Amino acid sequence: MSLESAAIATASVSRSNAPSKMTGEDVCVFYGAKQALFDVNLKIEQFNVTSLIGPSGCGKSTFLRSLNRMNDTIEGCRVTGKINLDEDDIYDPSIDVVELRARVGMVFQKPNPFPKSIYENVAYGPRIHGIARNKADLDEIVHSSLRRAGLWNEVKDRLLEPGTGLSGGQQQRLCIARAIATKPEVLLMDEPCSALDPIATAVIEELIDELRENFTIVIVTHSMQQAARVSQKTAFFHLGKLIEEGKTEDIFTNPRNRQTQDYITGRIG
Amino acid sequence: MATLNEHIVSSYEEELTNLAKLIFEMGGMVEVAVSSATRALLKLDHGLARQTIEADKAIDEMQKRIDEIAVSMIARRQPMATDLRAIITSIHVANDLERVGDMAKTISRRALQIDGLSLAPKFYNGVKHMADLILRQLKAALDAYATRNAAAAVEVCNADDEIDALYTSLFRELLTYMMEDPRNITQCTHLLFCSKSLERVGDHATNIAEHAYYLETGRQIGTAPDQHRVQVKE
Repeated sequence: MSLESAAIATASVSRSNAPSKMTGEDVCVFYGAKQALFDVNLKIEQFNVTSLIGPSGCGKSTFLRSLNRMNDTIEGCRVTGKINLDEDDIYDPSIDVVELRARVGMVFQKPNPFPKSIYENVAYGPRIHGIARNKADLDEIVHSSLRRAGLWNEVKDRLLEPGTGLSGGQQQRLCIARAIATKPEVLLMDEPCSALDPIATAVIEELIDELRENFTIVIVTHSMQQAARVSQKTAFFHLGKLIEEGKTEDIFTNPRNRQTQDYITGRIG
Repeated sequence: MATLNEHIVSSYEEELTNLAKLIFEMGGMVEVAVSSATRALLKLDHGLARQTIEADKAIDEMQKRIDEIAVSMIARRQPMATDLRAIITSIHVANDLERVGDMAKTISRRALQIDGLSLAPKFYNGVKHMADLILRQLKAALDAYATRNAAAAVEVCNADDEIDALYTSLFRELLTYMMEDPRNITQCTHLLFCSKSLERVGDHATNIAEHAYYLETGRQIGTAPDQHRVQVKE
């Protein structure tokens, strides 16, 4: 391994030959008459972090949102092709979208806790999905989710205070705790650190690395350094097309595609 | 190598250009040092030898400067892909060039220790031939680096065998002179050490060519079973 790729790889070693958790086949997304994604074929490996990078409007967020059918909520949005979660075609009419989103959770760019207590923020999902059998069960889920999100020590004495009273970084970790409380298999993150300071960002990045023990993670980020730090696989999108995907260390030290190279080195493409 | 597009940030582009220029400049200084050191040795020109020893300070300074610039660029720019490789290899190449500068200094010091007006021509030729070959290698390696030419880099690496063979034959030749007449031993021993220094300059030239290969391709140069370097196929 070359010096540079070794440096990048120290953060986390890719699980080689990880099985695919999600697969996109010939995925096209249209917003009305406008096509936003063109024939994207991408495998999301289990228990690895996959980062989606590319300039604004390249379709990376569109692809992310199509992974748990968040695009359904957008008027005039149409998806063709096939996206599988394990063996299930998630666009099959028999799929329950609410259940799908419990299996494929999401964390957004801006921390968006419910205007409720810290406890209720985390308890909400498990309660409506009927995951907890009783109060003790729910308490346990809330505690373990907050602990996994690295927030427990900071909030254990004020679980009943409003979630909106936390700092930005804490709110984002609360949102992560909320997302993992429903025990999802895949966690989608849409620029989870772009509203956070470098310290809060580092805490979230450390958390992402711990979370991949149990979850498959897909992250959209505008920070290439972040993609290089947290992910094992990287996919580069440009003008709605998947240009290149591969091991993160390869993409950032030796991309094969000229457009990828121009983008990651900050050249005009 | 297709020419790269320019950076959006023009000061970054300027820094990269400047770094390449400094390597080029340092390469020139080192080439002069090796050729002067060899001339000082063969002509027993003590003035030139002292001058070469003195000039090595500037080469050392240059290496430190390139190091500092490279470290600062890594810290400020977080370089990726070709830029990262350009910066990392600059550090390596500057390091190799600094070592070559040291070799030139070593040869110059030996030149100062040899008494007499000049070397006997029969001693002279082998070392001169080797020095010419080394300078050609060094130049070819630096050219391959500057032009990012992977094929030329492979050629430089493979040509190092010739230098190694030449060194072995020179070693035998000098040994013969020493056995012929023990009065030759002092001069020939000095020459032997100098040819060893030259041979090591060749090794550094090979290193520079390897960095050139990595810079262009992002891969380490391959070695075939017969020890010949080969371009790594996709």
